[in-house]
Amino acid sequence: MTALWSNAIFQVALWATVKVAIILGVLLGVVTYLIFAERKICGHMQARTGPNRVGPLGLLQTPLDVVKLLFKEEFIPAQANKVVFHIAPVLAVFPAIVTFSVIPLGPPPMFVVTDVNVGLLVFLAMSSLGVYAITLAGWSSNNKYALLGGLRSAAQMISYELALGLSTIPVILRAGTLSLVGIVDSQAGTYLIPGTKLALPSWGILHWYLVLPFVIFLVCSFAETNRAPFDLPEAEGELVAGFHTEYSSMKWAMFFLGEYFNMIVICSIMITLFFGGWHGPFMDVLGPVFGPLLGLGWFLLKLGVFLFFFIWVRWTFPRLRYDQLMNFGWKVLLPAAIANVLIAAVWLYWRANA
Amino acid sequence: MVPYLFMGFGALLVATALMVVLHRNPVTSALFLVLSFCSLAGIYLLLQAEFLGFVQIIVYAGAIMVLFLFVIMYLNLPHDVEHGAHIALRRGIGWMVGALLLLFSLLLARRGWSPGPEAALLPGAEHGNAGAIGRALYSRYLFPFEITSMLLLVAMVGAIVLTKTRRPAGEERP
Repeated sequence: MTALWSNAIFQVALWATVKVAIILGVLLGVVTYLIFAERKICGHMQARTGPNRVGPLGLLQTPLDVVKLLFKEEFIPAQANKVVFHIAPVLAVFPAIVTFSVIPLGPPPMFVVTDVNVGLLVFLAMSSLGVYAITLAGWSSNNKYALLGGLRSAAQMISYELALGLSTIPVILRAGTLSLVGIVDSQAGTYLIPGTKLALPSWGILHWYLVLPFVIFLVCSFAETNRAPFDLPEAEGELVAGFHTEYSSMKWAMFFLGEYFNMIVICSIMITLFFGGWHGPFMDVLGPVFGPLLGLGWFLLKLGVFLFFFIWVRWTFPRLRYDQLMNFGWKVLLPAAIANVLIAAVWLYWRANA
Repeated sequence: MVPYLFMGFGALLVATALMVVLHRNPVTSALFLVLSFCSLAGIYLLLQAEFLGFVQIIVYAGAIMVLFLFVIMYLNLPHDVEHGAHIALRRGIGWMVGALLLLFSLLLARRGWSPGPEAALLPGAEHGNAGAIGRALYSRYLFPFEITSMLLLVAMVGAIVLTKTRRPAGEERP
């Protein structure tokens, strides 16, 4: 028994399992209150109060919604492809959770589940698998609105994935690694603006050649998470409810959960790539115990800001028309991303050899 | 640990690949193909080729198969309902090729398998293999790499030309 406990592989597996369990538990709670926050913020933006009846300040609204969804009757269309109909909601949640295993939530090794040397590719691979959930849900429902929603999502997500992937290349060029832990490390410390005495944190966004990639990444992330103004797959004005028209009860809730998981994942990646990950001031002052905790705190603070931004955008912009969406993705974002890869490559090469 | 994982992924790969061929519903076949790509990626991971493994998922499972599914769903292909001499001929050829393949692999197996010399990691591959692959592609294998990219470009231009139907002058668009 002692041999097992001191076995290195067993140790790694045990700690990874514990961390995964904690992250999963915390995430479910976070999503519950993210939905609450979304409804509250949306309410105030529309000069309403939002949910405020269930529990103090309405705080019990979303947990009880979950209970309600669990007990609701489930309806499966007679002509649906049963197996695929059951698999699709699982696929909506699974890729997002997998991505969390490579995101550095705080200083390693404490707050990182695993440091894969191609961490960024894990994120891209999982986000490309996310297309299946919506496409298959739309197809297996045997409903023409759902099918249209599914097809739209396939076309939309593939188009925007290209620009999303290309916009991360300048970051990789700068960091010289695909590991997310390495990318965060490359943003440590400060740098002086040339010609002045002004020091800036070395975050990605504060380098001029990474500003455009950030904007492209931000726009694509709305398309990847299927949130407004890019929520064409569900477009209730045209497609009833799009890909999840036929879904009810907990299966519908899984899509809902998947959307919010994806939102948290993509915000975390954005922070990791462009906003210095867990880096922030005062961390070295607090010593080896509280310093890393503060790092986790900085990460969560940035995450909160980005999540608020996502909600803000959703209730501000109207939905795009489908041809506008495609034109924008292929004729604006993609060429801009390619041009920026070239510019960043030439600049970094010139600076390295100057 | 690794041999067991390899056996698991290998068995999954063979089983899903068989299902791709044997299943009658084209969408289900395509889904099994996605699964087999994913298990292949798992085998790459076991070989410490993380870059290849995840690129396999991004390119094949994430992009190409989604387009396949897109087309299959769009055409709404019926289940495999072809009959007659044509399909019988195709089946016959299929069985023959399969039998030959089985024969050859049995002959090979009788001679006895032995693992070849273990390939050394490329220089610089210790800290992630993306850099090593890039260096190899742009130096030693530059010519094949450029030829492949030309091939893809030709295919892309060809696809665009094929979809643009030429209309005689003066004819109205439908």
